[in-house]
Amino acid sequence: MPRVTYISQDEKATTLDIDIGTSVMQAAVLNGVDGIVAECGGSCMCATCHVYVREDMLALCPPMDADEDAMLEGTASPRLPNSRLSCQLVVSAQMDGLVVRLPETQT
Amino acid sequence: MPQQPVVILGAGHAGFQLAASLRQHGFEGAVTLIGDEPALPYQRPPLSKDYLDGKIGLDLLLMRPEAFYRDHRIDYLAATRAEEIDRARKTVRLASGERLHYRHLVFATGARNRVPPLPGIELDGVAFLRTLADTDLLRERLAAANDIVVIGAGFIGLEFAAVARAHGKNVHIVELTDRAMGRVVSVATSRFFAEAHARTGVEFGFGAQAARIGGRVTSPMGSRVDHVELASGDKLPADLVLVSIGVVPNGELAAAAGLEVANGIVVDGELSTGDINISAIGDCAVFPCDHAGGHMTRLEAVQNAADHARCVADRLVGKAHPYSALPWFWSEQGKLRLQIAGLTQGHDRTVLRGPIESGEFSVFCYRGETLLGVESINRPADHAHARRLLAAGRQISPDEAADPSFDLRAAATTRPG
Repeated sequence: MPRVTYISQDEKATTLDIDIGTSVMQAAVLNGVDGIVAECGGSCMCATCHVYVREDMLALCPPMDADEDAMLEGTASPRLPNSRLSCQLVVSAQMDGLVVRLPETQT
Repeated sequence: MPQQPVVILGAGHAGFQLAASLRQHGFEGAVTLIGDEPALPYQRPPLSKDYLDGKIGLDLLLMRPEAFYRDHRIDYLAATRAEEIDRARKTVRLASGERLHYRHLVFATGARNRVPPLPGIELDGVAFLRTLADTDLLRERLAAANDIVVIGAGFIGLEFAAVARAHGKNVHIVELTDRAMGRVVSVATSRFFAEAHARTGVEFGFGAQAARIGGRVTSPMGSRVDHVELASGDKLPADLVLVSIGVVPNGELAAAAGLEVANGIVVDGELSTGDINISAIGDCAVFPCDHAGGHMTRLEAVQNAADHARCVADRLVGKAHPYSALPWFWSEQGKLRLQIAGLTQGHDRTVLRGPIESGEFSVFCYRGETLLGVESINRPADHAHARRLLAAGRQISPDEAADPSFDLRAAATTRPG
């Protein structure tokens, strides 16, 4: 199972083994990782599952579609070049070892 | 700081978020979350979409797994009903007879489906869509159905129609008013959605009133729905009828406790009822809304539920502030994504941004020169910018909104309020 590490604002790292096909958002919520709100439940409607992907790992992630790109305009914490919505990061084998950093706030 | 027991009545989006936010803010007192459904708290929006469609299961519907409640010391009482509030003693009596003491009580009791007094409403095959149990039953029925009548062309009716049509079912929507989603969207958006659904084969009857639901005897035990008869006398064949004509706020328990209830439990700008030890949040609460010119407003939305919850959580940890979050809404109907920022009720002028024919456009709703809200159809960037713009109290003129070269993003982020 691919492993994904979440780093919180206070530098706490949580590593999860995630089923292929599950999103980085879903895994966080299912495992009680704080810092991801996901108000719309993963429909790419709310921009409250914002994460910063470690820069050198961006290429491992599925490409960003236009909807995600648009909704990232509305994140509560600043959008950076490595910003993604974690509901759109569906885990694949190549994403093993992914590291995402949680933003200061989602709402 | 009142770090004594908080009792939350209702475990939907509002109730759950309040419990979670209290713990997130370091609230140390006991937190009891009371829900009348058997499952762990779950998300409602996917019920009419991916869950109905079988794309996701219960695990992905849950707000959090069971361990979350244990780890955060949230005492979740499932399948439990509160029967009476004793405000003098500050207790809640449960159906079991047990009494819970509260220091602060929060009504997050939500709303329930409006059930019209139609002959035949009790027939087998007449369905509703609000709870997990409703949806499980509806999903089963949908698989076996051929001819479906939907009563009410609101969000739920149209979302369901899109799923049913995608399953190849015949769908006929009966709507009392002259347009779809008329209570919440502009005429332009109404028309666009009705036409889009019609193109997929959904049939509409606007200005049509269901008069009775007809059944046929299928067993010695009962009858099944067979058709819907309209006031005009027309009969629409139906082996499944979805009734989706809106909801009624659950305010009875609050009213019985002597709290003011008027289309919802009446609260002030900090979401407190007339009793300083009792608050109300989410679908059941009617509050003075900044984004509706201060008018008493009741909203049925995940955003409203969650932001209300956060506001009350802040107050209970000693950081009270007036509620001022911008309302926003969304609906997914087949390939159509509708996102609404702000409250557009009472607009007298609309401005289009983007060509309707493209299927990607926004409707900017104005009253006079004041922008009230923005409906975006398959145009999420406009929605994201509109939310930011409206939340900051910024304005753009109708001419600017209509100008495709106008930089909405820049206006949303930099223009003074």
